[in-house]
Formats: sequence, structure tokens, C-alpha cells
Amino acid sequence: MSLELLTDILIATVPLMLIFATLFAFTTWLERKALARIQNRIGPNKVGIPCTRISLFGLGQPAADGIKMLFKEDIVPRGADRLFHLLAPILALIPAMLVLCFLPLEFPWTKSLLPVQAFLLDGAVIFFFAITGLNTLAVFMAGWASRNKYSLLGGMRAVAQMVSYEIPLVLSAVIVVMMVGNLNAAEIAKAQTGWWFVFTPWGLAAFIIFFIAALAETNRSPFDLPEAESEIIAGYFTEYSGFKFALFFLGEYIAMFAISGLAVTLFLGGGDGPGVTMNLVDQGLPTEAFPGLTVIWFLMKIFALIAVMIWLRGTLPRLRVDQLMGFAWKFMLPLSILNILVAGFAWHAEQLDNTFITVITWVISLAVLYGAASGLNQLNRPNVRPREYKYAE
Amino acid sequence: MSTAAAPNYELLQQDGLETSLLEVSMGPHHPSTHGVFRMDVKLDGETVVDLRPVFGYLHRNHEKLAENMSYLSSMPFTDRLDYFNSMSNNWAYALAAEKLIEVEVPERAEYLRVIMAELTRLVNHVSLVGFFLNDLGALGTPLMYAFREREKILDLFEQASGARMMCNYFRFGGLRNDVPEGWLERAGEVVDHFPSFLDEYEQLLCENEIILSRTQGVGNLSRELAISAGVTGPMLRASGVAYDLRKVDQYGIYDRFKFRVPHTDGDTGDCYDRFMIRMLEMRESIEILKQALAGIPMGEIMGNAPRVFKPKPAEVYGRIEGPKGELGFYLIADGTPKPYRYRVRPPSLINLTVLRDMCLGGKIADTVIILGSIDIVLGEVDR
Amino acid sequence: MSILGAGIFKGMKVTLWNFVLSYFRRDRLTTNDYSWRPDGDLPQGIGDYPKEEGEQLSDTTTVTNYSRNFPMLLHDGGEPMDTVRCVACQICERECPPQCIYIEKDYDENGKYIKRPAVFDIDVSVCMSCQICVEVCPFDAIVMNSQFELSTPDRFGGLLVRRDDLLKSNDYYHQIHPEEAAARDQKMAAEKAAKEAKKKAAEEKARAAAEKKAAEAAMGDAE
Repeated sequence: MSLELLTDILIATVPLMLIFATLFAFTTWLERKALARIQNRIGPNKVGIPCTRISLFGLGQPAADGIKMLFKEDIVPRGADRLFHLLAPILALIPAMLVLCFLPLEFPWTKSLLPVQAFLLDGAVIFFFAITGLNTLAVFMAGWASRNKYSLLGGMRAVAQMVSYEIPLVLSAVIVVMMVGNLNAAEIAKAQTGWWFVFTPWGLAAFIIFFIAALAETNRSPFDLPEAESEIIAGYFTEYSGFKFALFFLGEYIAMFAISGLAVTLFLGGGDGPGVTMNLVDQGLPTEAFPGLTVIWFLMKIFALIAVMIWLRGTLPRLRVDQLMGFAWKFMLPLSILNILVAGFAWHAEQLDNTFITVITWVISLAVLYGAASGLNQLNRPNVRPREYKYAE
Repeated sequence: MSTAAAPNYELLQQDGLETSLLEVSMGPHHPSTHGVFRMDVKLDGETVVDLRPVFGYLHRNHEKLAENMSYLSSMPFTDRLDYFNSMSNNWAYALAAEKLIEVEVPERAEYLRVIMAELTRLVNHVSLVGFFLNDLGALGTPLMYAFREREKILDLFEQASGARMMCNYFRFGGLRNDVPEGWLERAGEVVDHFPSFLDEYEQLLCENEIILSRTQGVGNLSRELAISAGVTGPMLRASGVAYDLRKVDQYGIYDRFKFRVPHTDGDTGDCYDRFMIRMLEMRESIEILKQALAGIPMGEIMGNAPRVFKPKPAEVYGRIEGPKGELGFYLIADGTPKPYRYRVRPPSLINLTVLRDMCLGGKIADTVIILGSIDIVLGEVDR
Repeated sequence: MSILGAGIFKGMKVTLWNFVLSYFRRDRLTTNDYSWRPDGDLPQGIGDYPKEEGEQLSDTTTVTNYSRNFPMLLHDGGEPMDTVRCVACQICERECPPQCIYIEKDYDENGKYIKRPAVFDIDVSVCMSCQICVEVCPFDAIVMNSQFELSTPDRFGGLLVRRDDLLKSNDYYHQIHPEEAAARDQKMAAEKAAKEAKKKAAEEKARAAAEKKAAEAAMGDAE
């Protein structure tokens, strides 16, 4: 391993991890403030610059929380499996951090040293899904190693949920891969310059399915059964305290970033936005108005998705476990398979290069997808509707 | 306590696998059990196979304490029975004691009593709906909206009686003091604003598909079981029985107000029905409040009752339609200033006896929701 | 249902509306962030809480006219123990539901009971602010104070308030609860006036009876 290669790798990965760690801290602050404002209260607003009275709207709160977690006593239950108790949060964090490297983020300082992104990989999308599958294992390890019935329940629910929602997740990504013909994340992002996939009917349906499945993969509300506070206290991380809990927390948020990043790459055009143009002659990098603009657009889109996740968390109650599984297997899976068929049909129609046929294809696909969604909905939950009541005088 | 059959254990060993049931104690320290209440649940996977409620963690000897104190001195302790509705508890006790000493309550006091009781009903139902949705998982947003409204009413209580929750406001023969200047106008403002809050709440929740699928079909309580178990209050009305003590007994001056009693059409009720009945009852309470605030006369607020009295030996039972059900006080007087026996009929406890029947066969997530829809307050269950 | 997920979207609209309005409207942001502290300075040390007579924390929405925290003994100005209204009759001690009052009568040098309390302790950690003592007192001597910043680091006995700390003047009472104090003063003045009138009427009657007797005696002498 030559020194050059080592420095290249470090320059590519270390800033990425630092940036995302800072963004994680910012996101925890944002989530608490946004949830608080939704609930008609102010979030944390007292902790600012330490040792002064300046409270910058509470921006020092994540730092204070981090320091607090470091100082907490690390309690492991008696009889718990110590090795797995230690390994589980580490295993929850590493896959999330690993997949961040495959997102098509061109940082300006890497351009001269390495092309396009931190790691060029032809099968980036498949690698992404393979690595995020490890998260399931970590959750189950945490639930089992805690020697606590609540944690076990939480862990089992989590495994069932994550495994069943991986299928719609992957199938929605398949549509994009099919349309582009390439598994490389950077190529997919480039192929969407000018017209993102989310603006097509099958792309919109795939995006919605992907987003819902992403909520389920990262255990966010309304799918946060494994950490359902009101039933099984904290689920699989009941018995974790101190820094291990902080690692779980970090892993969950970085997984949120990673999956949002993938959603942005696949559906929302990667770094595309005003000021970025496709350079067809070069067949390489899109040109941007100033270096780093694609990164800024990418991060803003990630934050838009995260804002929607926080919004959903503040609004919706959670689903029960059998309803959740029913939703995945009986609603989302047939819909995503149908979506693949519709997308394939549309691709062939687009090859004919006739505007009229394209419009007809769009209308038919919209109708088919919406009809299928409504039909599946009726099939699964026919008896649920608001009711009327009688009054006695 | 209940008549459901014990589960069939042989099925578990017939598969060729040796398995056992998971016993979880949803213990006294739990975010959703509305107080220190414990349920020993036996689970087969996620399905509840057996459930045993354990309570008594908050027993404070309320009934025995009252035997050592005069009638007036145990009025503050009735505040602490069902600590969300202190005014209603006070009224039930005052009704029972007024039957003992036979004192006339002035008009203005009767109107103010009705206003306080209906405001208490609003406070209770809005808190309950907030907590119910919190248990469902909507991390606190509906709860905060509900508490925003509750704060306004608690401010009204503080201006009238001096304390937000433990009001100690009712006395035998009337009320302790008159409401201050401008209180009636402020109460009118709160009552006028409430329907728009209820509309916003319904928009947030009542068509939400997740809530519909989580609460409909869950926790069915049939009419026969409800009546035979002695269940009262919104739970009974959600199971199809149109029974409201304000219409049956017509205590106070409730016969002067026009209001309706919402109830279900069929003969079973589930959690969704109980939740919706409470939302509808809030609207009816607003109707009563508007009529009472419009028609309240001037006058004195305290009848001629001695402060310390020795009633003749008698037994009385005074009851009201509290927000949770029928709250009753049974007093036996024996000629001394202290009661011989003082018994509280706690609606939460009696409604809780049907918990097992409603929960068997459901999932563990449903148990929490069913408990939330019964609306218990441990201060009343344990006294 | 009409649109798929319509209920969820309605709910999300309500939440977004609340989020936006919380920046503009007062009633959508309910946190009351220490607004009663006029200069924005939070207490730094344990002894910084206001404990002197007359220093009130007055946020008019929460500390209202009737708001009550713990009792206080009233005196009518000047030297407290000279004008204290309490006569140590111990009715409040008997009627107090959690039994948090302890009273000892005061005796002078000869052992005769003077109408003052020697010891009047209220255990504020037990008191539940029910006001029963205020209601049963025949002399309007004990009323409710509304100070609530009473924290102390002394766990054993720090919350036992003794007689001298409980004594507050009637002017202070007028300051914190003006309506109630005025009503109480009026009632006391009316009672006093009624008592005076009764005494005067009795004196008149006695004098009339004495005059009549003197007149009869004079007539008897004259005969």
C-alpha cells in the first residue's frame, strides 16, 4: 500500500465522515426543534456557546448531549451476552457509514485526485442493498443480547419488519436501474439531468414506495414498532446506556442519511439543479456554476427528505405489527411488481419516439397504477371507515 | 371477575416443538399504563393468551382516613381521588353529604356547579383523547394540542378557586367563594373557542387511516357484558346503552338544559366508538356550558349549612355522572361529627374489571390501546 | 375513500399549519419561558430565591387573586407579636386534614393563658394547601400566602416554618390578595361594629334599668 494511495483514501473518506457527523448533530437539533414547533412548544434553546450566556437557538445542544452520553455509566445486565452487547451498536453503525461512500457526491477537493466520487463502483446500487441488510442483524443481536423480554420482542418485531420491507425497496430501485441500464450510482444521477425520474408516473409510484419502505428500514415513525416507546419502552435498545446508545442513535440517523441519499440519487436527480448542466461532449462530469454546487443541491435534497420524515414522525401514530406486515406483503409488493411491468411497457413505448404515444402511455400508466393502488387498498382493509352515532334526548 | 374460558394449552405441544408462553409484566413503571398499574400478560408470539391486572400501588387509605376526620376535612381528599376531575369528585361528595343534612343550595351556586362540572368534563375528555393518541404512537402531538386547551380551563379554575387541579371548591350547601370579576366572560371566551379546536382535532385524527385500522374492531365489549359488569360512563354508551345519570337522576339543575346523549347504534363497542363518543360528548358539554353561562343569575353562593355538624344516624348514597362513569359516595352517619363508614364507588375500577375479556385474543399492542380507552386514573382505582 | 391516504394528508396539513403559525401567533406557542423574571436573569445560587416580605413573583396569568400556596399568620402592623390575631385556640390544628400544624399556647409568668401562640409550626412539606385552616379560623388569623419559591437544601427541618416566619402584616395581605383582604377587613369591621352596637345597647339597657331602680328608690325614700 503506497503512501499516495493511503492519502488518497484518507482525503476521500475522512472529510465525508466528518461532514456527515456534523450533519447528524445538526439533524438531531433540527428534529427536536421542528417536532417541538409542531407541538406548539419551543425546542431546546438554552445551550449555545459553552461558558457564555449566548444561546444560539440551542445549537450547542447536540454537543452537550454527546458529552453527556460519554460520561454515562455503561450498564450491562447481569447474564447478558457481553460480547454481542458490545458488538451490536458497532454493527449498526458500520454499514450505514460504509454506504455513504458510494453516494455520488463530488467534493471539490477530490476532483483533482480521484474521479467523480469517493469510490467508483460499477455495482453501487447492489452493494448498497447488500450492506444495509446488515442492519437487521445488528438489531437482532441487540435484542437478544440484552436478556430482557421487552428487548427480545422489539428485536423480533424489527427483524420481521426490516426483512419484509426490503423487497419493495429493492423492487422500486429495480425500475430505475431498468430505465437507465446501469447500476453505477453516478451514471444514474447523470442520466436524470434535466428531467428527474420522480416526474414520471412510474417513477413517482416507485419513489413513494421507496420512501415508505425506507421509513420502515430505518425504524422511523410510523414504523417505529421496534422502538415503540409506549408499549415496550425502548424496544431493542432498552438496556443500552451511555455511549452504546449514542452509537445506535448515530447509526439510525446515518442510515437515514444513506437511504435518503440513495433516494435522491435514484429518483430526485442526484446533484441536479439550477446551475448544473450536462456536458455531453465530455461524457464525464456535469459542469457546475461553482465547484461544490452539486454537493449543495444533493445535501439540500437529502434535508428535504429528512424534513418530510420528521414531519411524518410528528403527525402519524404507529402501525401494529400484523398491519405493518400486511401492508408490506399485500399492498406494496404487488404494487411494486405491477410498477415494474408498467415501467417496462413505458420504456418500450418511449423507444418509438412518438409524442402522442408517450402521452397515451403516461395516461394509461397513471390510471393503471392508481387503480391498482385503490383496488389493493379495498382488498386489504374493506371495513374501515368513519362511523355515525345516534343521540338520545 | 370474568367469564372467559381459560386458553387451551395442549395446542402448543402438539406441533412437535416444546415451547412455552412468554410472560411479560407490563409493570408498574411503564409509559402507558396511566399510572402505577401492572398487567401480567402471557403471550403466544404477539397474541395475548392471559392477562392478570395487578393494582394497589397507589392505595392511600382514603376511606379509612375519612373515618377520623370531620366531613368538611375530607373534602380536600376527594380532590385527590381522580386527580384529573377534582371538581366532579367534590360535587359527588357534597351531594351525598347534603342529603345527610338537608340543606338548600342557592340558584347561582347550582349554575356554577354545573359550569364547573362541565368544564371538568371537557378537561378530562380532552386529556384522555390526547393520552389515547399518545399511546397509539403519535409521539405527543395531539397530546400537546389537547393540553394547550386544558391549560386555558385550568387557568379558569385557578382564578375561581385558587388552585389548578386540587380545587377544593365545593362546600355543603354551595361553593366556597364566588367567582371573581370577569370570570364569566373569560369562561365564555374559552367555550367559544373550543369548537374550532375540536374541528382541528378531528381533522388531524378522525379520518386518519392508521388510527381507523388500529382502533376499529379492537377491544369489543358487548352490551350484555357491560351491563352485567356494572360498567358506566362513556364505555357503557359506546356499547349501545343510552344511559346518562344527568338524564336519569337529574341531580342539580340538569333538567333545565337541553343536551343530547351520544351512544352507539348496535350492541358492541370497540375502542374507536369509545374515542368518538368522548369527542361527541365534548360538543354536548359545550352546549350545556353555553346555556348555563347565558342563564346564570346573581345571588349568594352558600346556603345555611353549619360548618361542623353532627348529622343524625342515616345512610345515604350520592352519585353523579362523572366524566369516567358513575362516581358515588356512600356515607353512614352515626350522630358524631365523623362518618362511621365512607365508601367511594370508583368508576375506573369497576370499568377495569372487563379488561381481561376485552384483551384476550388480541395483540399486545392492542392491550395498551384498550387500557387507554377504558380511561382509568389510578388515584380512583386504588383510592 | 376518495383519495388514497386522504386522512393522512389532512393530518399532515394540520401539523404543518401549526408549525408555521407557531412563529407568528401567541396562542400557538404555549411555552411560558420564565417570563415573570423582569430582567431575564435566572437564579444562580441556592439563596437567590426571593424570600423577603413583599417580593412577589407576579405573572398575572398564573398567580391570581385566590391562588394559594401555604398559610401565613396575620398581624395588624407594628410589632408582630403585639398585634397578632391568633389566640392559639387550636381549631385549625384539629381540622387540618394532613395534620401539619403544631400549636402551643403562651402562658405568662403566673401560668395564666395569654391569647397568643408560643409555638406555631407548619410543616410545609406536608401541607396540601387545602385552605381548611383558613375556613375554620374564627378570628381571621390565618390566611393563604402565595409564595412558592420555598426550596431549601436542608432536608431535615428546612421545610418546617416557624411562627416568626409565618407572621406577615395585613398590609402585605392587601398587596397579594387585594379583593380577598378587603372583603375580610369589611367582614371584620362589620362584626366589630355589630359587637359594639350590641354592647352599647346592653349598656343602654343596664343604664336605663339602673336609672329606673334609682328613680324607684328615690320615690321610695320620698314616701
